[in-house]
Amino acid sequence: MNTATTANGHSAGHDDTHAHHPTGMMRWITTTNHKDIGTMYLWFSFAMFLVGGCMALTIRSELFQPGLQIVRPEFFNQLTTLHGLIMVFGAIMPTFVGFANWMLPLQIGASDMAFGRMNNLSFWLLPPAALLLTTSMFVPGGAAAAGWTLYPPLTIQQGMGMDMAIFAIHILGISSIMGSINIITTIFNLRAPGMTLMKMPLFCWTWLVTAFLIIAVMPVFAGAVTMTLTDRHFGTSFFSAAGGGDPVLFQHIFWFFGHPEVYIVIIPGFGIVSQVISTFSRKPLFGYASMVYAVAAIGILSFTVWAHHMYTTGMPVTAQLYFMYATMFIAVPTGVKIFNWTATMWRGSLSFETPMLFAIGFIFLFTVGGFSGLILAMVVVDVQMQDTYYVVAHFHYTMVAGALFSAFAGAYYWLPKWTGHMYNEKLGQVHFWLSFIFFNMTFFVQHFLGIAGMPRRIPDYALQFTDFNQISTVGAFGFGLSQLLFLYNVITCIKGGPKAPAKPWEGAEGLEWDVPSPAPYHTWEVQPIVK
Amino acid sequence: MTRAAQGVGLLRLAGGMALTMLAQAANAAYRVNFQEPATKIAQAVYDLHMMMMYICGVIFVGVFGVMFYAIVKHRKAPGRVAATFHENTTVEILWTVIPTIILLAMVWPVTKTLISMRDATGADITIKATGYQWKWGYDYIKGEGEGIKFKSVLSTPREQIEGKAPKGENYLLEVDNHLVVPVGKKVRILTTAEDVIHAWFMPAFAVKQDAIPGFIRDASFRAEREGTFRGQCAELCGKDHGFMPIVVDVVSAEKYSAWVAEQKTKMAAVADDPSKVWTLDELKTRGETVYAQNCSACHQPTGKGLPPAFPALDGSKIATGPKEGHLDRVLNGKAGTAMAAFGKQLSDAEIAAVVTYERNAWGNKVGDMVQPSEVKALRK
Repeated sequence: MNTATTANGHSAGHDDTHAHHPTGMMRWITTTNHKDIGTMYLWFSFAMFLVGGCMALTIRSELFQPGLQIVRPEFFNQLTTLHGLIMVFGAIMPTFVGFANWMLPLQIGASDMAFGRMNNLSFWLLPPAALLLTTSMFVPGGAAAAGWTLYPPLTIQQGMGMDMAIFAIHILGISSIMGSINIITTIFNLRAPGMTLMKMPLFCWTWLVTAFLIIAVMPVFAGAVTMTLTDRHFGTSFFSAAGGGDPVLFQHIFWFFGHPEVYIVIIPGFGIVSQVISTFSRKPLFGYASMVYAVAAIGILSFTVWAHHMYTTGMPVTAQLYFMYATMFIAVPTGVKIFNWTATMWRGSLSFETPMLFAIGFIFLFTVGGFSGLILAMVVVDVQMQDTYYVVAHFHYTMVAGALFSAFAGAYYWLPKWTGHMYNEKLGQVHFWLSFIFFNMTFFVQHFLGIAGMPRRIPDYALQFTDFNQISTVGAFGFGLSQLLFLYNVITCIKGGPKAPAKPWEGAEGLEWDVPSPAPYHTWEVQPIVK
Repeated sequence: MTRAAQGVGLLRLAGGMALTMLAQAANAAYRVNFQEPATKIAQAVYDLHMMMMYICGVIFVGVFGVMFYAIVKHRKAPGRVAATFHENTTVEILWTVIPTIILLAMVWPVTKTLISMRDATGADITIKATGYQWKWGYDYIKGEGEGIKFKSVLSTPREQIEGKAPKGENYLLEVDNHLVVPVGKKVRILTTAEDVIHAWFMPAFAVKQDAIPGFIRDASFRAEREGTFRGQCAELCGKDHGFMPIVVDVVSAEKYSAWVAEQKTKMAAVADDPSKVWTLDELKTRGETVYAQNCSACHQPTGKGLPPAFPALDGSKIATGPKEGHLDRVLNGKAGTAMAAFGKQLSDAEIAAVVTYERNAWGNKVGDMVQPSEVKALRK
């Protein structure tokens, strides 16, 4: 589909441009280079992934057996809250922004992102926000402990940790909005001649839709937490019935942000998986146009279904019916994507390198999460499952097996391009299989816990829930430790390994494979012409 | 591992997963499915869930059957050339339209069940369930038993939670006062809360309704069989969210009438004479009980609290200062913290007793006491 007519061989001669830049720490602080910034995003998000993961393991340790052993209930609530906030805003979202920084300019034939300095700022806002979140555990009263959904009036009772979380959310929101403006501008204005929108790799398309979603909903979330802040300190009563407000109003605002948010964290993954499946099937993506329409449809529909997170708040039955039917319809474009991926593999010439394994694992497990989502969409069934471990299992199938597995697929897929070396394939496959097995061990059993009635966010539970919780905890430690293999593989891949050719994957398509590996510091200074 | 072995491994694992899911659908045992339904609605929910599991199971096996066939048969091999097709309008329209029809077929029976689930009209008995941090309060406000009110607090001993004693059969699912309802009668539950959002969740009845401070919501159930049913608060409500279970006894009409009579006598017996003047010891003894039920979760039985979120009372300025300030804090709470306004929850005598107790327990030796009449005078 994309054929570059301009070779990029001359860019090696431009390596001396490093000389114009500060070196050492200052290089990273002042850089406006999309590859540097992409790298920083990826490392930052991996670090946050480990921090959030340690919190998850502490939670699972406490839940290994009934009774209180390791943490106090109030600290347990802080852990679940921070685990959620850190994983969503600190790990998954920045991961995909990192991918976007690295790959979008390479894929559309642009020399860099549109706004270099803004790009730098949007990254450097993240560390202070992460510091605010993590250090809030050590202030008087501890961190926010109202769950990542931050429902009032519980948030009104919290200590200054809540204020720190609110400011962290503001900063993270500003960062994502700036990142999104950058992505939209880059895609609309810096495409190479001939690279029409409908020729863009699917990763670019999914990010375009995601960026619009972020710009639309992050301000809504910022508004909700700001109202919480003024309720806490300045005597307003947005969410307090005593002053004429309504606690449920917060939930409506939150989920008007929150539902598009769950698509924000998964849609870029759809793009990565589409490209990986096509590459390792050695066959063009089936139904490219319908994929684009499906992603756009999911993006638009995501604004119309928010209250399916709130079926038990006591809304009128007509509202429940509307949100149930609207939610059902999201299953249609989602199904189209699954069918298209399957059709892409059909009669291809398949090979199963690590990126492909993660992509297939993604489709398989994301579908499980999709089905449990469908079941949760049914109001009467949701009444049984709302706020139980079934919901926890459901969204970890979409967030971990969905977003995280697609990020691993993308990382292995593009590591040769980033580092110039091939990663250790055998180790990559071991990483996949361990992740796959331990993931299911951790989360599949949580469906049973939820169906049997175990509420989420509790530090201690009744005896009949013991067995599945123990299996889940063992699985969680296995899953957590397996991720160290990934870290080891990435580090050894950066340090050495077999030299990667410009196009290490036989079936790969796209402009990023026309530049050498590792991609030089500056690429596409002369834009390629796409036929 | 060879490519083929990987493929077979993947296939086997996938097959195992699918089987587990089917087994889950087929196995009606308690452990991997809903609790045994005790209402018609809960039975309908149970059946709908099973129906959806079967439909999803069939689709799952169908889609991944195709994919795994491709994984096995269409793998790269010497001489294998990938096909180049990449669209087919007919197929794409079909797999958009057919799922839409399946979804509509699934959602229609859910619609009917939902409408009957939400119909709370024609209730025989109406009970208000109020969520507090961290207990439930029940007021029988209409029907047989009208006027009965009590609090329902976790009765699992602290030692079991902390691992100092073996855990009982109903660990964390037991309370001091059960909610009692007659079998076969329609019971309407009105939910509300005093402090933060809670949720009244009774799995065997398929009832889960958020309890929202300042608002009243409703749900209803008609239990089909007698027995004791257990559920929990289902909305994160702070520190002891995991420790405020719900227990409902469904009893025969005769037993229910007997229970109502017993409760009425009991309530008359413990009703405090408003003009009675209490002695210090009486107040302290009564206060200790009130403290254990309402205060010790945060301020701890030792009065040391869990600072800084839950301050100590032992030696605190308020508990050892002028009694007006102490009474004000207990009656009206402290905004922006978990300290609730107990004036709405406790009687004059209970507040007088607990304040007296706090001023004279642990290291606090103020020596004064508060009479119920003083509390009454302070209420706005």
